[in-house]
Amino acid sequence: MDALVEVSGLTKRYGGTLAVDGVDLTVLPGEVYGFLGPNGAGKTTTLRILTGLIAPTSGNVRVLGGRPGDAGVLGRTGSMIESPAFYPYLSGLDNLRLLAEYAGVSRQRIDEVLELVDLTDRAKDRFSTYSLGMKQRLGVAAALLKDPELVILDEPTNGLDPAGMRDMRRLIRELGTEGRTVLLSSHLLGEVQQICDRVGIINAGRMVAEHNVDELRGEQELVVRAIPREDAQRLLTRFGSVHQYDDTLRVQVDPAKAAEVNRALVEAGIDVSELHTAERALEDIFFELTTAKEKTDVG
Amino acid sequence: MLGSYRAEILKLRKRSAVWVLFGAGLVLSLIFGYLLPYLGYATGDDNPQTDGVPRAEILRGMLPERVVDNTIGGYPIFAGALALVLGAIVIGGEYTWGTLKTILTQRPRRGTILGAQFLALGTMIALWVLGIFAACALCSVGIAAAENGSTSWPGVGDLLQGLAGGWLVLMMWCLAGAVLAVAFRNVALPIGLGVVWILGIETLLAGVVSSLLPSLKWLANALPGTNAGSLVFSVTGMAAGDAPPGVRDAVGGGRALLTLIAYCAVFAVLAAWTTRRRDVT
Repeated sequence: MDALVEVSGLTKRYGGTLAVDGVDLTVLPGEVYGFLGPNGAGKTTTLRILTGLIAPTSGNVRVLGGRPGDAGVLGRTGSMIESPAFYPYLSGLDNLRLLAEYAGVSRQRIDEVLELVDLTDRAKDRFSTYSLGMKQRLGVAAALLKDPELVILDEPTNGLDPAGMRDMRRLIRELGTEGRTVLLSSHLLGEVQQICDRVGIINAGRMVAEHNVDELRGEQELVVRAIPREDAQRLLTRFGSVHQYDDTLRVQVDPAKAAEVNRALVEAGIDVSELHTAERALEDIFFELTTAKEKTDVG
Repeated sequence: MLGSYRAEILKLRKRSAVWVLFGAGLVLSLIFGYLLPYLGYATGDDNPQTDGVPRAEILRGMLPERVVDNTIGGYPIFAGALALVLGAIVIGGEYTWGTLKTILTQRPRRGTILGAQFLALGTMIALWVLGIFAACALCSVGIAAAENGSTSWPGVGDLLQGLAGGWLVLMMWCLAGAVLAVAFRNVALPIGLGVVWILGIETLLAGVVSSLLPSLKWLANALPGTNAGSLVFSVTGMAAGDAPPGVRDAVGGGRALLTLIAYCAVFAVLAAWTTRRRDVT
């Protein structure tokens, strides 16, 4: 399957600051790809390069088989980079009308995208009177105006209230199931975990991991709370690697062996007060990866 | 290109600042071209000891035959400053609002979008010129009717030449505002620098050169304001003595025309080159 976005060795330097440092990234057709990283990690700079707004210092970038910023590529890409930017004196409808003029899109499509983001009722109001959430939704409407194959959204749930965030995530998930490819940046781990198929983690300008979300979360673990803990920990190493997390023990073992683990503990005279399976949260993995990288850098 | 042009026209048409600037230019033209001279005409006398300008001469300046003078007489300085502000707010606004990234991620290339913006500005400037001309023409007809003055008009060729010259002067200043906005990615700084240049520095430089450094006259004669004033002077029937500020016969009409075209080309190319090469952050 040919990748829609292929990035290798991408670097962007601003004076003495290396904003993006040798990033490799691949987005496959039809997937929702989460580009995850803390603020200032280099996500927006990378997305700006993908949309042709800034030129890379070095590296290879192919978007939809062409160069970023080419008319043919832009015509098949919808994007919202950083905060949504529109003309404050124009209505939401007029803002979309003029974007439709630039892109050669029909009037009917404007009505469709307004409906899609639930802005039809306020479409004739000035953009300057919109709430942050409405501005964000208009930004997504503008990104979908060209009925694009590839949608690039930079932190699309910023500023939305909980209900707005839920609706936006559902919309993005639907875009993925419709066969569109979505590249979504976020610093919200839960968001990426909920809606993305694959995730790339960037920290301090460098990619630290790129995997399927399930793959990244790795094997499931057994969570064990038992007393005495030291004896339990010693015994559990027979089943797999054990690490302590707060006052529980995490054992990397097939969850199907839970009964066997429980029996072994009880037979050894260890009191078991809790035993269940747990998936590693993306949040844990993110902090493991970014902390490990920082330690490596310091070392 | 046509879609981008339509989009730019939509932006200009719906932006109130564009019409406020046009209104200011129109009102200034009518005040200095008709209202103040008419008050002088109505209240003055022919005594050379009081104001020195015969009433008949004041009236002649307001009749249809001098409509081109009154339409474009203020373009080199006052309307020029307003045109510079127009260029600065239209192009600079894209940077301050961050809308440049929105339009550059649609389909057209950067050069196409900038070309469409300049074309739309040229259209708006043409509307300004025609609007001011229409208002001046109405005033001159009204005054001719009220004072039994002559209603003869300039020839069509003179009229077209005058309006085209006025358009070029305003377009040159508008592109100056646009290129400053691209350079500074801002609205306020280009307006400040541009207006100070038009209203102060050029006049000051011309004065210093003519009184202290006559050997640098070639430099003063190459400045945009000097050539704008010279072009207006050459396409109107003004006498050097009664020309409005900024309008003078420093260089010939042909040379002024070519210099202004060259300034327009340089400003447009500089803006396009910078826009195409620079990162949009």
